[in-house]
Parts: sequence; structure tokens; C-alpha cells
Amino acid sequence: MKPANGDRLVGRSVARREDPRLLTGRGRFVDDIELPGLLHAQFVRSTIAHGVITGVDLSEVRRVPGVVAAFTAADLELGDITALLARPLSEFVPTAMPVLARDRVRYVGEPIAVVIARDPYAAEDGLEAAKVTYESLQPVTGEERALAPDAPLVHEEAAHNTLVDVSLFATDGIDEIFDSAPCVVQVDVRTGRQNALPLETRGAVAFWDDREEQLVLHTCTQVPHQVRTVASRCMRLDERAVRVIVPDMGGGFGIKCAVGREEIAAAAAALRLHRPVKWIEDRKDALSASFLAREQHYTARAAFDTDGRILGLDADVVCDMGAYSCYPFTAGIEPLMAAAEMPSVYKVPAYRVRGRAITTNKAPTAPYRGVSRPQYVMVVERLMERAARELGLDPVEIRRRNVITEFPYTGVNNMTYDPGSYLESLDLCERSLVEAGWYDRQAVARAEGRHIGIGYSCFSERTGYGSKAFAARKMEVVPGFDISEARMDTSGAVTITSGTLSHGQSHETTMAQIAADELGVDIAKVKLHQGDTDRITYGWGSFASRSIAVGGSAVRLAAGKLGDKLRAIAAAEWGISPDETELHRGGVRRRDEPDAVLTHEHLADTAYLKSHLLPKDIEPGLSATAIFDVHNDGTFSNATHGVVVELHENTGQVEILAYVCVEDCGVAINPQVVEGQCRGGIAQGIAGALFEQVTYDAQGEPSATSFMDYKVPTAHEIPDITIHHLETPCAFTETGAKGAGEGGTIGAPAAVLNAVNDALRATGVELDNTPITPETVHRALTPPAPEQTT
Amino acid sequence: MTDTAGLGDDVQLLTLDVNGTSYEVITEPRRTLVDVLRHDLRLTGTHVGCEHGICGACTVIVDGAPARACLMFAAQAEGARITTVESLADAETGELSDLQKSFTEHHGLQCGFCTPGFLMLAEGFLAERPDATRGEIKEAVAANLCRCTGYQTIVEAIDACATARRGHCARGTEETPCN
Ligand code: FES
Ligand code: FES
Repeated sequence: MKPANGDRLVGRSVARREDPRLLTGRGRFVDDIELPGLLHAQFVRSTIAHGVITGVDLSEVRRVPGVVAAFTAADLELGDITALLARPLSEFVPTAMPVLARDRVRYVGEPIAVVIARDPYAAEDGLEAAKVTYESLQPVTGEERALAPDAPLVHEEAAHNTLVDVSLFATDGIDEIFDSAPCVVQVDVRTGRQNALPLETRGAVAFWDDREEQLVLHTCTQVPHQVRTVASRCMRLDERAVRVIVPDMGGGFGIKCAVGREEIAAAAAALRLHRPVKWIEDRKDALSASFLAREQHYTARAAFDTDGRILGLDADVVCDMGAYSCYPFTAGIEPLMAAAEMPSVYKVPAYRVRGRAITTNKAPTAPYRGVSRPQYVMVVERLMERAARELGLDPVEIRRRNVITEFPYTGVNNMTYDPGSYLESLDLCERSLVEAGWYDRQAVARAEGRHIGIGYSCFSERTGYGSKAFAARKMEVVPGFDISEARMDTSGAVTITSGTLSHGQSHETTMAQIAADELGVDIAKVKLHQGDTDRITYGWGSFASRSIAVGGSAVRLAAGKLGDKLRAIAAAEWGISPDETELHRGGVRRRDEPDAVLTHEHLADTAYLKSHLLPKDIEPGLSATAIFDVHNDGTFSNATHGVVVELHENTGQVEILAYVCVEDCGVAINPQVVEGQCRGGIAQGIAGALFEQVTYDAQGEPSATSFMDYKVPTAHEIPDITIHHLETPCAFTETGAKGAGEGGTIGAPAAVLNAVNDALRATGVELDNTPITPETVHRALTPPAPEQTT
Repeated sequence: MTDTAGLGDDVQLLTLDVNGTSYEVITEPRRTLVDVLRHDLRLTGTHVGCEHGICGACTVIVDGAPARACLMFAAQAEGARITTVESLADAETGELSDLQKSFTEHHGLQCGFCTPGFLMLAEGFLAERPDATRGEIKEAVAANLCRCTGYQTIVEAIDACATARRGHCARGTEETPCN
């Protein structure tokens, strides 16, 4: 029995327990770590996009004042970082990523050598003295070039520069469906290469601990155990001999779940020098040479009947993954996600898809919040809008006719969707904009010649990925389960562990809410341990919105087991059966006599310090471990986003006038935290829709090397957002929660793009690509000048 | 004590007034204020997000006005009064300031990396413009980047704090004089 409902913390916006330290400057981020004798690493990086290294001369570097050492790949002799999919060669071509480039460079910014100095300034002086010579090769800087028959190869082993090529679904007879359908619409969608851009850049501090015989690596990663695996393999150490610790983290958004070459190189340098080494990425490298994401090209078509019901979906997806496959997710992360999940919230009876990952001479890519879903949702939502136009239907009505309404629903993609509020969220979102008067205002504005548009996007996102879902992707390392331990000490204070890892999502609060409810202890009594491979048996970290759905479920199970033990001890003391007891705020009480309470402190004292009082079948101590996995296709959070935009004729600027998000992530453990995730996600989605892009010139030089060239939206550009919650509790998780981290980012680009197109309706122009630049909008709004006659 | 071993000849002695304490630092002239605060004085609350003056994570208050500590050499701050995030909470009791409390109440932070910069930006701004409207606060907030919150809750936190401060002034409950 759990504490009574009125008492529960789950479902309440409990104040964040991480705030006091972060607000007072007492957070500890990786660059805050100081150690005696600390040295600093900086990387000599490739200045060309593609070439053979003919020489690396570091002799001058070593003479620069303050420089302590400088290493090339040959000096460090590290193993490669190789991410694998268990797929036939026709579907996946493995490519190794050396920690430091050995003989070939494949993108501007690729690390070639590491300079170690007494401070970062001296290390930078050292970089300037490095001499690298290359024999240039033709760079491959775009999809067309990469796939051209005469294209140079980025990796010799990958013919046609193709790393992944899968045709996951092809419904029989789909061609006939398209041939005979009364309405077929198509889109050609390209999305810009983006930077996930955590405000804290990547970084690491490493040292060899003689007493523990361990290499200790503090690094800001979302996946500490996977970093440990890579570090130990590259350096040929037992995994036990590597301890990865994650301090406070200034965001990650996915890119920090790809294992970086620099953190491994810094650790190897520390091992070699027997001195602590710190590496902090600067913003220039973070923008141009760190992991990027999202550059995709979709050619897609959809067939509809005359009532606007979708009959089939046919898509070709090409993702530009840059120069290397990231570990552990591989270059398959984007095309496999898109191909598997594109049917989205709609009843799609026939489906065919091909997904490809191509390699180019650009910085490599990694997962980024939403992974492909912002893109394929945009594609599907564009197809819906286009069909609505063609058939003369209202854009909301066509969605209403197609969304899945009966659950569980098994889609054409062989995936079973758990119950959600697809239709309800759509209705509520539309109602909310109607009631706020936006349709009326739009009519008035249009009459005045202003360009106001209203757009929607409707989507679900798979969040509780268990090992089954990852296994289907055929990753060599299969994430999914999570382990939690709950311990109570002699004072009655509780420690819980989680294999997930907060980098802004408030786990210290939400995980404690879950455990405190389960145990009947005050939340202040619960402390979360996360992000330390010596303290956490094993963990998959935080990504794919898995933390509360999977990690939180493990926490609940572990705390529940610990609670069972407390009840057993109390029952033994009372000489009754555990079933006759229940947990209650402060301790365990008798059901028949609710005033009889044995406090947590008393029971903890018995369990440890007076264990002679325990019956034979109860072991001393108070700790319990639980493992949780989602054994079906996962859980599906869902949402509808509605946005109102105005286009400014003179500047081409897209101004967002209103934004409504109706989200359903099942049970919201802490509604304020969920809203924070929505708002932050939407801001990143708007960034992708309207602002951010890394382009490359013909030589493979990236355009965005500072915040001068990479336009990150500020408070100016991000509107206030109205959020409505619906709650369809999840049946597959222990907490009833589904994931909430990525939805905002997924929904925003499609809604914004649709709104812009609604505003452009009178012009006849339709835009399908993001970012939607002021130039494109301006061009669309400005009729071509009449021909000059003389 | 600053460790000067291994430093080049080109070092200078600086005196910096930070949060009311006077510090002596021996450093190279090229070191930025944020690096000296963080690494020499170990005041690591002030963060570095870009080192080129755009993100505002390094914002501190110099002689009453918000300034980007990555764009100043430490030497330029000699003789100035510098205030960092470490000064905001009560030094004795650890109690959060009204602005800090407002940030936590409004969920104005997630990862917290940008937060010290926003707090100092807001303190500097409100000192100059105690009557700022929500719109003006939003304008001011646009000077810094946050990647997590979407800004709305930061604006709300600052606005609520400013409103409460004005309330105190109107009721004469503020200890320090209200302008
Ligand atoms: S670090 Fe100073 S403005 Fe970004
Ligand atoms: S809270 Fe993470 S950058 Fe602002």
C-alpha cells in the first residue's frame, strides 16, 4: 500500500531541488573542476575538408613556452571508435572513426593532434606552431555530389558514399493504389543542418588515480557507461579501470550522447603523462567541428480518396550524416528513425519507404532532440495540408478524418501505438485558437492586406524505447532497460540511483518525487545518484525521452521493493503479516490500528544496528535493486501544436503572434517540469524552422563558426506559449508516464511551416524547406517587377 | 596564493574588487576577466558559453552595469567594483535573494548554465530600470542566450521580482532606499 493520494508528490509542481546550487553559482560543471597540476588540451584540427595527411610536425609546438607535450595518433596508439549495426553490407557499411586522424582527414575541424600545456592560452599558442601538410582531395559537400556516379569517396569502403540504405516497408500493390487514387500530392522537403547547441560546450577532465588503479574521466556526456566502454577499448584497459563521472551539465539535447573523440584523446594524454588533463571545447569548434544533425532531403507523396482519407504514403529519405558514424547510434540514427515511424498519427494503409545515410566531408552528425521526427512530421503534415487544399477541405478536418482513434493500434509499420489523445488534442488546440479570436483576427487582417497564417501539426512520438525497440534497429549495443537501487541508511535517509542522467530535466526532483511517494518519506530525505559509472551498476543515460518513462519506472520499482522490506521488518516486530501493514508518511503503520507507526528511523536502526532482532529470513541492511524494461513497441506521447504567424512584407520576417501546445505525456510527474520541456523544445523547433543552419561552401568550409553566423533565437523571437495538458496514463510504465523531452522540438517546425504557407495562401507560393529565411518569404510576398518597357 | 611557477616573464600584479573583497592576482595581461574570476579566484559561478560576447553566460556587474566578462581583460577591471552571482544569496544564512527565489518559483532555469548570466543581467537592468514593463524586460533578456527554457519563464521570473520590489517600495517595507 502506498501513501494516501492527497499526500502524494507525483503530479505536483514540487520546487526543483537542483535550483539552490545552480542559482548561487555552486553548481559544478566540468570546467569548474580543478585539480593540482592540471594541464590543458587543445586540438590541432584539419583546415581542409578532404585530404591525405602527408606530414604532421609538432617539433615547434613542443618548444612553445608553457607547452608540456604534443601527441599525434601515432604517439597515442589508440584503438578506433567504431559504431556498428548488425545489418548486411548492402544495408550498412561500417566505418571506423580514429580518435585522432591518422592518414586521412574528412572534414574541416577533424582533430589531428593534441597539444597539452600549462594553461589553455599556452595550448592555443602551441596550436599555431603545428605544421600539417596534406594532399588535397576533392571534397564531397552535398547530397547530389555524394551520390553522383563519379563522386570521390569519403570512405573507400562505402560505395556511392552510402553508409545506410534500407527499404524497410513496401506494401504490396502500393503502385496500383497511387495509380488509381483520385488525389495524389507530393512534396520535396529539405531541412538545414543544425547544431543542437547546448550552452555548455563539450569538455572533459581526466586523471589516473593510483590508489583506485583507475582512469577517472569527468565529462559532460549523456551516456557515461558507453563512454567508459569506448575509453577502455580505445586504451585497452579493463572497463573496471575506467570511471566516468558526469558533473552538472549545461544541456545536451542529444549530441552529448555521441562519444566524442576529444574526450578520449584527453583521457589518453592524462594516462600517458600521469598528470590531470582538461579539455574544454571552444564555441568555434562546438559550432563547426562538433556533432551536427538534421540535414535531410525527403521526396514523398501521398494518395488520398475524395473524402480526404489517406490511402498510401511513399517516401525516399536521404540524410547527410557527414564524415563519420557516431558511437553508439551509428549513421543509421536518422534514416532508420524516419523510415520506421513516418506514418505518424495517421491511419496509413499502405506504405513504402527507402532510407539512406550518406557520408560527406562535413562534421559528423549525432542524435539531436527529436531525431528525424521534426522532419518527417513536417513532411507528413505538408502532405496533409496539400491534400486539403487540393480537395477543398479544412486543414484541421482532413487531419480529423485520418488520425488514429482506436487503441491499441498496429500500424502499417508493424508498430503498436498505445492509447493517446490524438483527436482530443487536435480539437482542443483548434478550439483554443478559435476562442482566442485568432480566426476572426486573421479575417480582418487579411482584408487589410496583412499576411496572417494559422498552422497546425499533429504528432505522436515514441518515447519509452525499451530494448525491443532498439533491437529492431539492429544496433550492436542495444539500449533500453534501466537499473535503479534504493538504499536507506541508519538515519532513515534514502539514496536512489538511476542509470539515466539529468542535463537540465530536473531528475533530482522528479525521481525523488517518485521514490518519496513510494516510501512515504519526506522528499528532502531522498537523494539521487546519477552519472557515475562506479556508483551506478549500469545505465544507458538520458536520450529519446526515456528517463522518466523507463528510468523513473525502475526507481519506482526499487523504492517499492525497499518499502516491502521496511514493511516486513515492521510486521516482524509486531508479529503480524506484512499484508497487514502499509507505508505511511513517516514510517510503516498497522492497517488495523492506524495510530501504531514504526518510523523509518526506527526500522533503519533495527535493520543495521540491531540486526540480531531480525527474523532469520530477513537479511540485515536496507537496499533493493530493480530493473525495468519496456517489452512492447514503446509508449507514444502525443501533441498538437497550433501557431499564428504574421509575415512582414518589407523585411520578410516571420513573426509568431501566438503559440498553443496541447500535450499528452501520460502522468506528468511534475507539471512545471513538463511545461519547461515543452517550452524549451518548441524554442528549438522554432529555431530550426526559421533561423539556424550550418551551410558549407564548395571547398567544405562551414559557414557557422561563431554566433555572428549562426543565428540562435533570443527572447525576441520566441513567443509566449500556452500549454494545455491532457493525460492518457501509460499502461506499460510503472509511473504511468510517457516521455516529455522532445515533443516541442518535433511539433514546432511543421506547425510554423504550415502557418507560413497559410499566410502565403493568396500568393500561390508554397514553401517546403527549412529554415524559412526572410529572403524566401520576401520573394514570395513581392510580385515580380513588371517588365520594363521603353 | 597564485601559482606563478611556469608563467612567462610577462606577468602583472592586479588588484580586483570582487563582491566587496579585494583580491591580488598575478597574471598575464592577456587573461580575460572571466578566466581570472573563474580560474584564479575560483569564483566558478560565472560561466563561459562563447568567449565572443554574444551568449551572455559570462555576465557580471561592473560598476553597477552588466558587462560581458569574456570581452574584458582582467586588467581593465582594476579599480572597478565587480559583482558576481556568488554575491546574491545571503552570505551568512545562504538564503536566496528575491530574484533567485523568483527564478526557482517560475522555473526560470533548467540546466542552469545560463542562469548566473541572466541573474546578473537582470540585477543590473532592474537597478537602472526598476519600473520596467514586461515588454522592456523581454527586450533586456534578449541580450543573453538560453537553450533550455524558451525564455518565457525567465521573463516571468524577472517581471514578478520587479513587481514585488515595487510593491515593497510603495509600502515602504524595503530596507534599502527605493528610487
Ligand atoms: S561567454 Fe561572454 S558572452 Fe558568451
Ligand atoms: S537553463 Fe540551460 S541554457 Fe538556460
